[in-house]
Amino acid sequence: MTTPKSPEQSASLPLDKGGPEKDTPERKNFSPKPLVLGAVFGVLFGFLLQKGGVAKYHILIGTLLLEDFTVVKVMLTAIIVGSIGIFSLHALGLVKLHVKPTRYAANIIGGLLFGVGFALMGYCPGTGAAALGQGNLDAISAIIGLMIGSYLFAEVSGRLEMTVMKWGDRGKLMLPELVKVSLATFLMVWIPMLLIILVALDRFTLR
Amino acid sequence: MITMLRKTSWSPYVVGSLIGVLSWFSFATVDKPIGITTAFEYTAALISQAVSPETASTNPYYTAPEKSPKIDWEWMLVIGVFIGAFISSTLSGDRSTDDVPDLWRKRFGGSVSKRFAAAFIGGAVMMIGARLAQGCTSGHGISGAMQLAVSSWVFVVALFLSGVGTAFLLYGKKGTNHV
Repeated sequence: MTTPKSPEQSASLPLDKGGPEKDTPERKNFSPKPLVLGAVFGVLFGFLLQKGGVAKYHILIGTLLLEDFTVVKVMLTAIIVGSIGIFSLHALGLVKLHVKPTRYAANIIGGLLFGVGFALMGYCPGTGAAALGQGNLDAISAIIGLMIGSYLFAEVSGRLEMTVMKWGDRGKLMLPELVKVSLATFLMVWIPMLLIILVALDRFTLR
Repeated sequence: MITMLRKTSWSPYVVGSLIGVLSWFSFATVDKPIGITTAFEYTAALISQAVSPETASTNPYYTAPEKSPKIDWEWMLVIGVFIGAFISSTLSGDRSTDDVPDLWRKRFGGSVSKRFAAAFIGGAVMMIGARLAQGCTSGHGISGAMQLAVSSWVFVVALFLSGVGTAFLLYGKKGTNHV
């Protein structure tokens, strides 16, 4: 999905954050490559989610009840490994970044609603698909709910674009820009900090 | 190798690292982050187009060229997640056969309709939130967070706060004993 063009903010970082995608000839002609790779990455992702136990109701709710930190450990590790790789590849010019625009009101309200839904449903969209794959039939009802939610959102999206989506719109903002330091400096503090949190979680939690 | 694949669960650090590596490849090969919600959005749009083409064609949300719903990478990704979890749980025998999760049963009883209703309402509320914030636990929580997107970190903090609040409202302090 492409994100709407956002006003260019002060270029404190010379980063290409993946602007609006161009209609290159490859994009116009049908290519099966993304479909095949989508299926391959999906199978691997689903396999990993199931092996990690993060498609299980009691583990996901256990996270929200602050009893089980498996999900936090998986996510933090993925973020650390992912960050190191993505920014290295980006420095080498091998990948483009895909930063979603920051719209404070929409991000906060969306996050709050998402959290309420998460606690009720017990899965998130990805782990819901994985939960269905491992045999949890309540995920069917959850997935139908997701689609109804999408329909309802589309019905009111016009009005939201004019209001909530405009509040606190900062474009494709990244954390280093927020604290006004260079990307390299930020990563040198950020990655060790996440690692310390991860080690602390490992030492002080049982699950 | 096969004994590894047959294990019920892997260390969260191994799983997390491999998901991180998977994201490198998805950026490098298809130039897209791993995200899940778009597929559900497209499916809902395709169904609504099929059911009522007139309303869908007048809704700018569906007619914008970059948003036109289609079977694409995102869609294959979700189908893949389903298949991947099926393979993993079949290899290890870690299949769930209950309609109602145990933890839910201990708190709210064994009624299937009650559990399905909660999952349905939860799903709808979740998706409205995900579309508003333009991402979910995968798109923002993993892919966006690793790119240091402010939008993603704001979203994750907000979802965690309201998720914890709602879970404690649903399960109470006592619920934590059953996890």
